[in-house]
Amino acid sequence: MDIIDRRSNPHGKNLENRQRVLARARGEIARAARAAINQGTLRETGHGEAVTIPSDVLHEPSFHTVFTSGERQVILSGNKEFSTGDRLARPRGGSGGGGAGAGQGGGESQDGFRFVLTRDEFLDLFFEDLELPDLVKSQVVATETMAPIRAGISVDGNPSQIDMSRSMRQSLARRIGLRRPKPPEVRELEKEIFRLEASGEDAERLRMLRGELEQALRRLARVPWVDPIDLRYRRYTQVPKPSTRAVMFCLMDVSGSMSESMKDLAKRFFLLLHVFLERRYKRVDLVFIRHTEVAEEVTEEMFFTDPRTGGTVVSTALAELTRIQRDRYPAGSWNIYAAQASDGDNSGSDTQRAVSMLETDILPVVQHFAYIEVSMSAAIIRGETDLWRGYAPLAQRAPKFAMRRVAERKDIFPVFRELFGRKVPA
Amino acid sequence: MDLPLLYSGPDWDFGTLRRSYDAIERIATDELGLELYANRIEVITSEQMLDVYTAHGMPLTYRHWSYGKRFLQHESSYRRGYTSLAYEVVINSNPCISYLMEENTATMQALVIAHAAFGHNHFFRNNHLFRQWTEASAILDYLGFARSYVAGCEDRYGAAAVERILDAAHSLSRHGVHRHGGSRPMNLKTEQRRERERQEYDERVFDDLWRTLPDAKPMPGLDKLAERRRRLGLPEENLLYFLEKSSPKLQAWEREIIRIVRLIAQYFYPQPQVKLMNEGCATWVHQRIMARLHETGQIDDAAFLEVIHSTSNVIMQPGFDHPAGGPGFNPYALGYAMMTDIVRICEEPTAEDRAWFPDLAGSGDAIGTLRHAWANYRDESFVLQFLSPKVMRDFRMFRLMDDTTEPTLLVDAIHDDEGYRSIRRSLARSYDPGLSDADIQVVDVDLSGDRRLMLEHRTHPGQLLAKKDADATLRQLALLWGYEVRLQEVDATSDAVLATHTANPVR
Repeated sequence: MDIIDRRSNPHGKNLENRQRVLARARGEIARAARAAINQGTLRETGHGEAVTIPSDVLHEPSFHTVFTSGERQVILSGNKEFSTGDRLARPRGGSGGGGAGAGQGGGESQDGFRFVLTRDEFLDLFFEDLELPDLVKSQVVATETMAPIRAGISVDGNPSQIDMSRSMRQSLARRIGLRRPKPPEVRELEKEIFRLEASGEDAERLRMLRGELEQALRRLARVPWVDPIDLRYRRYTQVPKPSTRAVMFCLMDVSGSMSESMKDLAKRFFLLLHVFLERRYKRVDLVFIRHTEVAEEVTEEMFFTDPRTGGTVVSTALAELTRIQRDRYPAGSWNIYAAQASDGDNSGSDTQRAVSMLETDILPVVQHFAYIEVSMSAAIIRGETDLWRGYAPLAQRAPKFAMRRVAERKDIFPVFRELFGRKVPA
Repeated sequence: MDLPLLYSGPDWDFGTLRRSYDAIERIATDELGLELYANRIEVITSEQMLDVYTAHGMPLTYRHWSYGKRFLQHESSYRRGYTSLAYEVVINSNPCISYLMEENTATMQALVIAHAAFGHNHFFRNNHLFRQWTEASAILDYLGFARSYVAGCEDRYGAAAVERILDAAHSLSRHGVHRHGGSRPMNLKTEQRRERERQEYDERVFDDLWRTLPDAKPMPGLDKLAERRRRLGLPEENLLYFLEKSSPKLQAWEREIIRIVRLIAQYFYPQPQVKLMNEGCATWVHQRIMARLHETGQIDDAAFLEVIHSTSNVIMQPGFDHPAGGPGFNPYALGYAMMTDIVRICEEPTAEDRAWFPDLAGSGDAIGTLRHAWANYRDESFVLQFLSPKVMRDFRMFRLMDDTTEPTLLVDAIHDDEGYRSIRRSLARSYDPGLSDADIQVVDVDLSGDRRLMLEHRTHPGQLLAKKDADATLRQLALLWGYEVRLQEVDATSDAVLATHTANPVR
């Protein structure tokens, strides 16, 4: 008999098979993942998201029979009160009736196949074929970031980079080269001398040994165990790494005219955008700007959670965007994107100003500007809000500018896909 | 006689396992006379247990999405707490491999060693179905061959092409077994040689000239039904075997993959026919061994209470009206009850037992009787032979007559003197694989015409194929055959055609 401990064997034997299931049901799973996001809270996106897909895709058919008509006899257990000749009503449900259900149901009654996707799998499917449009300035800053990589050994450096094994190897070689006596040898000598002293014989040999010991101790003191010249350091050089830089400005109206549910819609949109960017682009800076009658840059946390109300002056947010962009994100070396969410209300004279700011200051430097109008009632007639009326002609003129309207939670994802869907190259 | 304790408390280490194993082995071989394959015990984590589940307990298998599906199902129901994992999984191979979960307590490890490494092991080695149909010493090598062969085909012909064949073969795997005449032992060397020869033959007889020949005119009159059937070996109920040998369009590697699916299906063929006995045997053996360990003072009272608790969970039989109940019997419960009852009949028979089992009652050789039953019966015959009135009473069995022309169900037998024999007969029939598997055979091929394959399903009264699945499966069959296939469902007594399904291959 053998007992074998297999616990340390490689796990995940079925990863490959699992991938094949996903590949087979890819279309269905993607649809289910998108449905899940419409219900779930976005912040939790992808944390152990369970999806249910119709079992048809993964059904394994086989020949099997079902009882449809005629007679059959079934043995059951747990009789409490029946005697021979009793008649029972058929239990409800189950084709063909009978306490026994329908023989081998085998697969046909399965209604769905439910399982949990990992966050990566979920997001991959979720954002499949979405991308930022026109990421054109990728060459401009191709060598902007530097990354350290290992480049051999050096004799100087800082202590955290000491290469232990190399240093000790040097030390060992030096000790052997300089014939540093080993401590056990010294102890051996001392023991021998002690024995001779105690027995008092062979004075000649004792004197010789004493000389040897003295020399060994002197050498031990002079040749150090580790000398600074032994030390070796791992050397790093800075290597330029190609990277494309992009920044996304998120502008949201949080004024009093935006009801809580409208803000919720807008936040959902931005969260989706946020997750998408984090997922698809290694280096995307995010700038969150919220505005009432004044605009301010806020942290991600505040942007999504902090309640705030007030009046509405849209141009303040655009001015803030321009200021930050000029300060920190020169158009020459950054791909710039912006998304604005609002209910479309604006103080009377400001809209014209906003439109002209957009056209002269912002659109020339950005790759893409998306405007999302959240409205609670589908009854609002297109083109009625101030901002929509102001922006609409701009959307005609400028191909970089896109505007969409979102009325319900379920609209968000289709709109998002419209805005960021991969354009088939013409 | 009091022997020293094997362990105390729930913790175990490998020394504990070995001591428990040795103590159990002494009881199993000396007192119960079990004959065993050599044992191999492997300790695994719960995550690895999920892996083991998906391949029906096999330690390795070829890659296919259906295993991934099974894995996801088990994983999600386990993670959400709907099911707990089995304490062990055991494989019918030589050596007999038992997987033990690391989470088990010391008592549970001893219990599952007794259950799997002795109970199941003895049954695998001795039951005539396993001896006749499976080759325990070859299965692991064969699975290794299958895995590398399928992987090789994926590299050469693409995963999609291989998956198509596997999907189709899997859907027919229930009809890919020889039900008669035993199977020839598997042998890896001959398998590999056969595969090589098949390829060499193809290469040798290849001649591009044949492609240029004009189509032959059909010669009427030559292709007589009887002659055709003889040449093709019809009728044939092993659909995969027929396709492997006779399908006109398949490549050599496609035939080999069909063969792999077929041989693995053949290996699993006996399992469902002896589930009741196999589980009953293992449960009875572990309970007896653990009781003996307790009697001899090798485990303490706390450990024995844990054993009783665990066994009684396993042999729970919910009544028909219980939410967890329904038709069918818990094989652990019924198997264990019947085997305990056989022991009782042999040792302390009542007058009733003497009337029902004259050769068993009071024979005194309970363990010999059990060993005989384990070796020579399957579920159907075991129930027919050994189900006693007492077990029927204990389970409070009754029989329902379901006649679809009647608005109500009729109780036509209960556990009384008039009912015992009817109940026993019906229960045995429910374990008869001949009645539950659809009897589908290839009956004819239109060789001079459009090569349509004709199949026949000889139905049991009232049992037609589930239409949606039958059509889907038939499409898979058409894919392997390469031409149209037609399946007729006929009444077994009157030969009347009840339904017809047709499918064409989509290439």
